[in-house]
Parts: sequence; C-alpha cells; structure tokens
Amino acid sequence: MNELYPKASMATLKVLENLGLDVEYPMNQTCCGQPMANSGCYLEAKELAKRFLKIFKDYDYIVAPSGSCVAMVRVNYAQFLEGEEGFEHLKNNTYELVEFLHDVIKPTTMNVSFSYRVGIHNSCHGHRELGMASMSERNLPEFSKIKKILSLVDDIEFVTLRRNDECCGFGGIFSVTQEAVSVAMGTDRVNDHINAKAEVITGIDMSCLMHMQGIIDRQKLPIKTMHIAQILAGEL
Amino acid sequence: MGHPKKASKFVANSERMHWHDKALWFVRERRDLATHQLDEWEELRRVASEIKTHTMDRLDYYLEEFEKNATQKGLHIHWARDAKEHNEIVLNLLLTHGAKRVVKSKSMLTEECGLNPFLEKNGIEIVDTDLGERIVQLRKEAPSHIVLPAIHLKKEEVGKTFEEFLNTQKDNCDPTYLTREARKHLREKFLTADASITGVNFAIAQTGGVVVCTNEGNADLGASLPKLHIASMGIEKVIPRLEELSVFTRLLARSATGQPITTYTSHFHAPIEGGELHIVIVDNGRSDTLSNSDFKESLNCIRCGACLNTCPVYRRSGGHSYGYTIPGPIGSTLGASRDLQANRTLPFACTLCASCSNVCPSKIKLHNQLYRHRQNVVKAGLLGAKKRAILKVSSWVMKHPLLLDFVGLVVRKVVPILPRGIVYSKANIWGRGREVPKFPKKSFKELYKERKK
Repeated sequence: MNELYPKASMATLKVLENLGLDVEYPMNQTCCGQPMANSGCYLEAKELAKRFLKIFKDYDYIVAPSGSCVAMVRVNYAQFLEGEEGFEHLKNNTYELVEFLHDVIKPTTMNVSFSYRVGIHNSCHGHRELGMASMSERNLPEFSKIKKILSLVDDIEFVTLRRNDECCGFGGIFSVTQEAVSVAMGTDRVNDHINAKAEVITGIDMSCLMHMQGIIDRQKLPIKTMHIAQILAGEL
Repeated sequence: MGHPKKASKFVANSERMHWHDKALWFVRERRDLATHQLDEWEELRRVASEIKTHTMDRLDYYLEEFEKNATQKGLHIHWARDAKEHNEIVLNLLLTHGAKRVVKSKSMLTEECGLNPFLEKNGIEIVDTDLGERIVQLRKEAPSHIVLPAIHLKKEEVGKTFEEFLNTQKDNCDPTYLTREARKHLREKFLTADASITGVNFAIAQTGGVVVCTNEGNADLGASLPKLHIASMGIEKVIPRLEELSVFTRLLARSATGQPITTYTSHFHAPIEGGELHIVIVDNGRSDTLSNSDFKESLNCIRCGACLNTCPVYRRSGGHSYGYTIPGPIGSTLGASRDLQANRTLPFACTLCASCSNVCPSKIKLHNQLYRHRQNVVKAGLLGAKKRAILKVSSWVMKHPLLLDFVGLVVRKVVPILPRGIVYSKANIWGRGREVPKFPKKSFKELYKERKK
C-alpha cells in the first residue's frame, strides 16, 4: 500500500480524519507477515507478527485498508502470539477500514458523490474470514457491510454479478506459483463485472484489485479498479 | 509433475476449461438452491460435525461395536491395515468362492487401494458399474471427481469411447442412446457376475449394517444377483446409531448434486438368501491422520464432492491435475496427510478463499488445513530452494523499514525507465498474463511526511 498505492493509503487517512478521528501512521511498520504465512514460512511470519504486535499494541484501534491483512491478525496470529501481552487487545481491535466504519464509527453520511456503476469484489479473506457480507454458500440472512457503507455515497449505482463472491485468483503466492490458473480466474472475475455493465470494480483488498488491474491493462478491457477508500474519500 | 504444470495445461484450452468450470458451477448452484430450502441447514451441518467428531474420538469403541453387531447378523468382518492387505483379503475371498467375474459399484476406497489393476493382474474381470466409472474404466483413466467421475469428458468423447468398446453407432453421442447402450452392456455383466464389490457410505455401529447411496441402483443390482457381496469401507465410515443416519442422508445428496436424497439409499443388514456378505474395514493411513490434531477433522468427510464443485481452482484445473485419488480441497488435505513429499504442491493448489469450508456438510475447515499443511511442507524442506530464499530475503527486508523504503524507492524510480523487454523478461512470472502496477512517484510515507510539514 505504501509503495504502490499511496493514493488509496492517503484516501484511507482522509476518510478517517474526515470523521474526526486522531490518526497516526507508525513509520516503522512494514508487513504483517501474511505472504510468509500463506507460503508456509511460519518462522518468518512469527517474527513479523511479533514486530506488528510491538508497533501497534498501544493504539485504541488498528485500522487497515486491507481485509486480508486484518484476517491475518485476527485469525492467523493466534498460532504465533497466543498468550503474548497485548495480543488479545490487538486481535479484538484490529479492523478493516469499512468494517471499522460499519461496526464502530457508524457514520450516517459520507458527504461525497460517485456517479458510476460499481461492482463490488468481495475479497475472500474479508468476506469469509472477517464476515464482511453474507456468503453465497451459507444459508444465513443476507447483508453486506461494504454495500451498506458504499450506499452512503451519493449517486453510486451497484451492478449485480452472476457470481457474487467468486475468488479473483490472486491468492498471494498462488498468483505466481499457479500463474495460469490465477490469470484465468482473474479474467473470469473481471468479465463478470464487465458483463454486468460495471464501470468500476471496487473492493477492500488492494492485492485483488492489483491482480485484476494487471489483467485489465494487459487485455485492454473497458473497466477499471479502485480501492473503496478512494470512493469513500470522494476521489475520482 | 506437480499440480501447477498439469493445471496450466488444462487452462491452456480456454474453451474446455470454461465448459468444465460452468458444468461444476451449475452443480454448485443446484446445491445452493437445495440447501437454501432447508431452514435448518446450518443446524444440520453443526450436528453432523459434532456426530462425526464424537465418533472419531471414540472410533475404537464404535468399530468394535459395529463388528460385534454385524457378526451377530451373520456378516463377516475383515480388518485391513493398508491397501495391500485390503486387496489380498478381497482376492482371497474371490478365489475361495471361485469368483472370476466381478461387478463393482462406486468406491473411492478401492480406487485408493488400486484394487482394479491388482485383481486384473490376478486374472479376475472387474467391471465398474457406475456409468461414469465405467466410462473412465474403458478409457483407462482415473475418475476426475469423487461423485461425477467422468465430468471431464464431453458427450462426443463418451460416444467415441462407446463406439470403440461397445460397438455403438458411429458418431452417435445422444446421451439417452448412449445410456441405453451402457445399460444393455452392464446388464449382461450383472447377470453373469460371480461376485459384487461395493463401497460403504455409512456403517451403523448400533445395528451392524452398512448403507450405500447411489443414483443408478447399480450397487443394489450387484449386491442382489451374485451370492458373494464384499463391501469395502474406511475406518471413518462408522456412525453410532440409526437415528444419526438421517442427518447425513439429508446433507449428502443436497451437498453433492442438490437432490433431496440419493435415488437409492440401500441398507445391507444381512446377506441375500444362500449368500455371504463380507465387510472389509480399511485403515490405510487413516489412524495416523486421526492422531494428528491439526488434520484429524478431515476424517469427518462424507465424500459429497461439494468442496470440489465450489473450488475455483478445481473447476479450472480439472481433477486429474491433482494426481491424487481424491482431487479438490479434501483430496489436497488427505493427500498431504498421506504422503507430503508426493503431494507437496497440493496444499498450494488453493487461494485460501475458504469457499470449501463453507459448503462442507460436516464443517471441515478445509482451507485452514491446507494453510497448516503448507507449514509442514516448509518444515520438511519441500518448498523449493528458490521460493524459500525469496521469502527469507523479503522477510529480512521487512524487518528493516529503512531498507524497505530504500528498496521501494529504487524500484519505483528504476522500473519505469527500463525497456519493456527487461521488465517483462522470462523471470517475471507475474507479467506473463498481467501488467505490473504503475509505479507512483512518491510513496505514501513521503506524502504523509510532506503533509505534516
């Protein structure tokens, strides 16, 4: 996010500050260790998890514009940090941006407009690990925290996808070790949005969007991706 | 050849890959429709998971209970430590009964044990009687799916296969015609068989009987005609009482194909008149899995195939790309538990999207298992030196924020001015089918610092 997507990061900051929150970005943070953990490199992941805990444990809330990083902290850190001082607090107070708005801040307006047809990509980790929306596999009441927060944006229009929560095929290390399947999945995912007449694909995970944007640029497809923070910050 | 290579071959034929993806997605949608009609669906899954977990924790007790009650009913129980023992027990039974021709209904366990080639080597004719199984048997292929064994084949290919082996009309691939021809061919096999082999979906400890679920009735016909019926089951197939059966029969068919129940749910509690019913109970590595707290939940599987149908990787890579008897998410965890070295790419044939865990009727956290298997792959030194080195170096950089900033800065400045041929060289696997992100002039940190001034 820091190196490749400063705009989405700045937008995240703007959204939080506009809501009157006191936000700090600890400069010595790097990576939560998810890529290592998903590759099976648990020793490296553990070191980065410990580092993450040290840097963030004293904040009231830890907010990240990335569902998968938050899932790493909330679901997978336990293996590395269970019993460590401050871990319970960290686990219970680390939120994905939209989730934080929805569950904690509960804004009633965003004072921004976005007059485009938008397709929501339900990134798997946010979707199924954090429970950002009802999952197509489960027989439970329908809801979507993402759609609810996006509905606060004026003039926004949503499209209906054929496969509401199919994976885009990024999958971290999967995007490289299983390059062919990964690109095929991403292409199908983008086409679902195009066929639904979406102009913009948005989501809570930049990595999924980066993967799909890479496919869009290569195949010169008539659609673009945009991190949800940028829509919420009123950026065009 | 690991999963990635075989998968990329499958993906290369885009038309076929999409056909395969759509066929399985259709089954997934039917499953959704059926499961959403039951208000108690999630409750059923919870109960199933608890019954299975309870049974697995007392497996020795329930298996002995099953043996005792089955023996009282006149069934013969055999115990096989591994595939070899299983195959030898079956062969021995066939030989002592003078059986030369055998019909078999669907059983992934006998696939796992390699029973067919073993019996053929010993002069026994063995015919798979499930239609899909028969098709792949004639083609000398393995099933590509545990419920839909020939899902990788188009009707034209089935037509060609039948033309070659069953002398059907040239270029006639009408499904009704082909099914009728298969029925004729199989009926003759049923009528002349000396013995039948079936799998087992559920063994009921309390009653000492076994239950077999099929849609074609082939298990029933096989078990009713010849005098000898051998049913092979893994140790994990036992459930405590008859009352629990309905939980599973309600879950099984809905999860598998979206049917409320399989067409045939047959209970075998005694041999046919003048016949014998033998049950072979097989371990073949299962008790090792049972003793591993990270993976024992995988034994709760009822083999519905729902995790295959929903898996976006399975749908786009085909069952044969896994190279293990059982493909898809459940096969990847079972295979990795069984032989990590041979199946080391399987835990990575997954984006950790978790859809499999959501469809699983016995609530196995499949994606968590694959996540944990990856750690064992690394522990065993099976990740591959290059990947390991890249991850080690990047982890090291991640512990040094100033160095990370510097590396980031260099990459952002240098990559945009490099010729395209260098950026998209062979080493750039990402760039084969995707553009790399456009590098911004300034990082977030730089913007953040500037703003503060």
